[in-house]
Parts: sequence; C-alpha cells; structure tokens
Amino acid sequence: MTLVPLLSVRDLSVRFLLPGGRRVDVVSDASFDVAPGECLALIGESGCGKSVLASALLGLLPANARTAGHAHLGDLDLLTADERTLARAVRGRRIGLVPQSPAAHLTPVRTIRSHIEETVARLTGVRGRAARRKAAEQASLRAEFPLGHLDRHPHELSGGLAQRAATALALVGDAPLLLADEPTTGLDRDLVDRTVDELRRHVDDGHALLMITHDLAAAERIADRVAVMYAGRIVELADADAFFGSPGPRHPYSRGLLEALPERSFTPVPGLPPELGNLPAGCAFAPRCDRATDACAALPPFENTVACHHPVPADTSHAIRTPEDTRA
Amino acid sequence: MLELRAVTAGYDRRAPVFRDAHLTVAPGEAVGLLGPSGCGKSTLARVAALLHRPDAGEVVLDGMPVRGFRHRAPREQRTTIGVVFQQPRLAADPRLRLTDLIAEPLRATGRRASAADRVAELADTVGLTPDLLGRRPHEVSDGQLQRACLARALALKPRWLVCDEMTAMLDASTTAALVRVVEDYRASTGAGLLSVGHDRTLLTRWCDRTVPWEAVAAG
Repeated sequence: MTLVPLLSVRDLSVRFLLPGGRRVDVVSDASFDVAPGECLALIGESGCGKSVLASALLGLLPANARTAGHAHLGDLDLLTADERTLARAVRGRRIGLVPQSPAAHLTPVRTIRSHIEETVARLTGVRGRAARRKAAEQASLRAEFPLGHLDRHPHELSGGLAQRAATALALVGDAPLLLADEPTTGLDRDLVDRTVDELRRHVDDGHALLMITHDLAAAERIADRVAVMYAGRIVELADADAFFGSPGPRHPYSRGLLEALPERSFTPVPGLPPELGNLPAGCAFAPRCDRATDACAALPPFENTVACHHPVPADTSHAIRTPEDTRA
Repeated sequence: MLELRAVTAGYDRRAPVFRDAHLTVAPGEAVGLLGPSGCGKSTLARVAALLHRPDAGEVVLDGMPVRGFRHRAPREQRTTIGVVFQQPRLAADPRLRLTDLIAEPLRATGRRASAADRVAELADTVGLTPDLLGRRPHEVSDGQLQRACLARALALKPRWLVCDEMTAMLDASTTAALVRVVEDYRASTGAGLLSVGHDRTLLTRWCDRTVPWEAVAAG
C-alpha cells in the first residue's frame, strides 16, 4: 500500500455498559486504513458490530458506549474529538454518510430539493436563493439524481432514486471520506449493481470509501480490499481480488461465508455467532470451526492478513472455487 | 395443487398492480418467481398465501376454490399455508418473546397443550438456542428473528410454503441455513413451495423451476 491513508484506525474497541454491570464488547481491537481512491469493504453477519464501528467513527454512539484506541482522520482523532468539532467540522464536511434505508433517512414531508438546498446552505459558503438552487442541482447531477424528480417527496421515489438522493446529500460537503452503511439492503440485483457502480465512480474520483455490507456480491463488485468482521473482531483483511478469486480467503469463517453463496456450495456455516455480551476468552469462531484445536482456547493474534491459529494455507485454497460440493 | 387462475389484484380497483396472473405449484414442487423491485410479486405472494383478496380470478387450493381471504379464509385452508415475509421486524409482534411468537399459530388453533414441546422441536429445527427463545425481537438479530418467523410458519405443518424475499435482509450463511431448513422440511413432508424474489442465482439454486414475472402476469 503506497497510498497515504486518509483514515487510519488502530485498536478501536467499543463497549456498551448495561444496567447491572453487564458489558457488551461490540467492537474489539479493530485496525485498518482507508486511502483516497480506495474502497475498503467491511463484511460480516448482521449483529457482528459493523454498524457500531461506523457510528463510532461519526461520534454517534449512544451515551452508554465506551471507546478505546484511535481513529485518525488526518490529524484529528475521531474518538476523542468533542461534539462541537464533530458537528461543525467532521460530519458532512470530512465524512459523508450514505445511510442504510435512504427512504427512512429522508424527511417524509419535504421535497428532495429542499433537503439538498438545506444541506448546501449548511455545509458550503453558497449564499442567495438562486446560487443555492444552482448548487443543489449540481449536487444532484453529481449523484445522477434526475433534476425532474427534485420536487418530489421521498415516498414518490423508487428505492434506487432514494438511494441517489441520499448519496447526493453525502456528496454536498465534498467530504474526502465516504462511509456507506449497508447501502444496498433490500434493493434488487440490478439496483445493487447500479448503486455500487455509482459509489465506485466517486472512489475513482478520489474519495475514500468505507463500505459496510453483508452483501458479498456487492463487496466483490466495488472493493479494493476486504475486511471480514466476526464477533466484533476483524479476522481477515485481504486484497479483494485474492479474497474473492484465487487464492481465496484464509480465515475459516471467511471461507464459510463465501461457500454459503448460492453460486458456490450453498452450505451454511454451522451454528450461530456468539453473544457479544458473552464472548469466549479464545477464538470466538472456534465452536463453529472444523479446523479448531486446543490452540484456539487462546485469542489468535492478527498476523499478516488473518487472525487465526490455523489459517488455510494460501497455496491450497484455490480449491474453494470448485462447485462439486453439492451438499446443499 | 396451489393454483392462481386469471388473478387480478391490487389496492385500487381502477389501477390493479397486476392482471390475469396464472401460476401453478404442484405438491412437492419448489417454484421460484423472479421479478424486479416493485413489479407486484409480493402482492401475488400475499394472494397465494390467502392474505389479500384478488379483484378478479380465483385461487384454487388442492382442488377447492378459495372463497374467503385474510380473516375470512376458512381455517382448514388457511392453516395449510405457511408464510415467511421479507422483513422479520415487521412480521413479528415486538411484545412477544420468541417462544410465544413461534407458538402463536398453535395457540390460535387450539393446540395450546402441545405447544411447549412443539416449540422446542421447531427451535431445534431452525437452529435457535433455548436462551434466544426467552428474548423479545429487539434483543435478537435480523437473522435470529427470521429463524423464529420460519419456525412459526412451519408450526402447523403446512402443505404449502410461501416465502416472500425470505432472505433479502440476511447474510450469505444465514440465507443458506434457512433455505436448508425449508428444503429439509419439504423433503420430509412433501410440501410445495412458492418462493418469490429478485435473486436469480439464489432461486435457480433453490427451486425446481423458476418463472420470470413477465410469464406469470401482465402489469
């Protein structure tokens, strides 16, 4: 990686403190970088801590959350920055959020034009009605939102157009880092492809993109690198081509996740993920893992690209592509 | 047979969502219905599950034309169909613990006495652990809640299953796990399946045959 990272996350942990002294370890020791012009896809099952990680970066965690570690965006540490800095200088200006379920993100009683003009007025120096109107239309065009639909309300838009409206809002402040949280949930395949292609275009324009998703096909289409999260930990961080193609993933969980795809063996990973409030001391995946041994009672360190005591050797794992496994 | 004959349905008689739909699912057969977002496939699934009254045409269940829909559907017809929806959060009463959620069809049909045993059996089938059964929907993940919704759909041992985008919100592993539960159930009971969705790869892998929306209905 020769690029200078825009976002540099080191040992980020998020804990929720619950009544009765209970503690939920939602994110543990996450470390990764995202550079300008690069897309990192953070993938994993629902409930594994992906969205909490995104909230932590935006300073939007609930009051009972405690964070540790660092998340440097340039010279600013997002985890220790105060609310005033985050509200006035970070959200929208240095980090643009492309939300999950855009239709719910938009205000139902206002038109898309009014959303975008308000955002323009707040985030840019544009003053005056005519100038603001023009800036809003330019922002719409950047996200390929058709101008003819600007005066519509959110419920009058299809899922794909609502997504573009939300993307337009995220782009208004010209934030160098885009954070997309499950931007394709519930969209059909064509719309997923269009949405991720549009996001990719913004990456190629020089934005850095952290995309959080459980949609492996979308991740494969857009990502340069892939981080796999399991039970709050990043267990594998790999080049997207190597991960989805050859030699394939090295962590048994990543392999299981890919093998579960209907175009592969369509076999689920056995069992359920552990409760984040009651994580084992050792490898959290061991109870579901067919490679587990006594060594897995200790927490595997993150070495090279993977956190596992028994990673799949890089040279034999090309067998993962073969579809002869028909157990499904 | 589960048959839709010349069904026209929608939410406004002057502007139906689709017209003249024909679809047949044979006993033991798995049919995948493929269509893009907003084409009306969920409405069709609701009609097939007797949850929405069509404006015209008829639904024929094992040779018997269906005379009433929703709460007017005769119990012996209604209970032969199990339904799983796309969004488990919207399909689950937030006040019920998962165990009560799964037991609801049993209680509603006077099987209260045997409910506890049957719920334990169903939970095991769909892979829910006992500690999850005591929780309410907001305390479990989407995948876990959808497992409970599938268990609820199987509670009365339906001869027909209607799955409307059952896995659209779920990750790959949970998707594969739930499809396997459905297929194991069908293998042991011979139930027929109508699975509605937009994921061609998934439905082709899952179903005996897939039909494109254009071949089923006119818009």
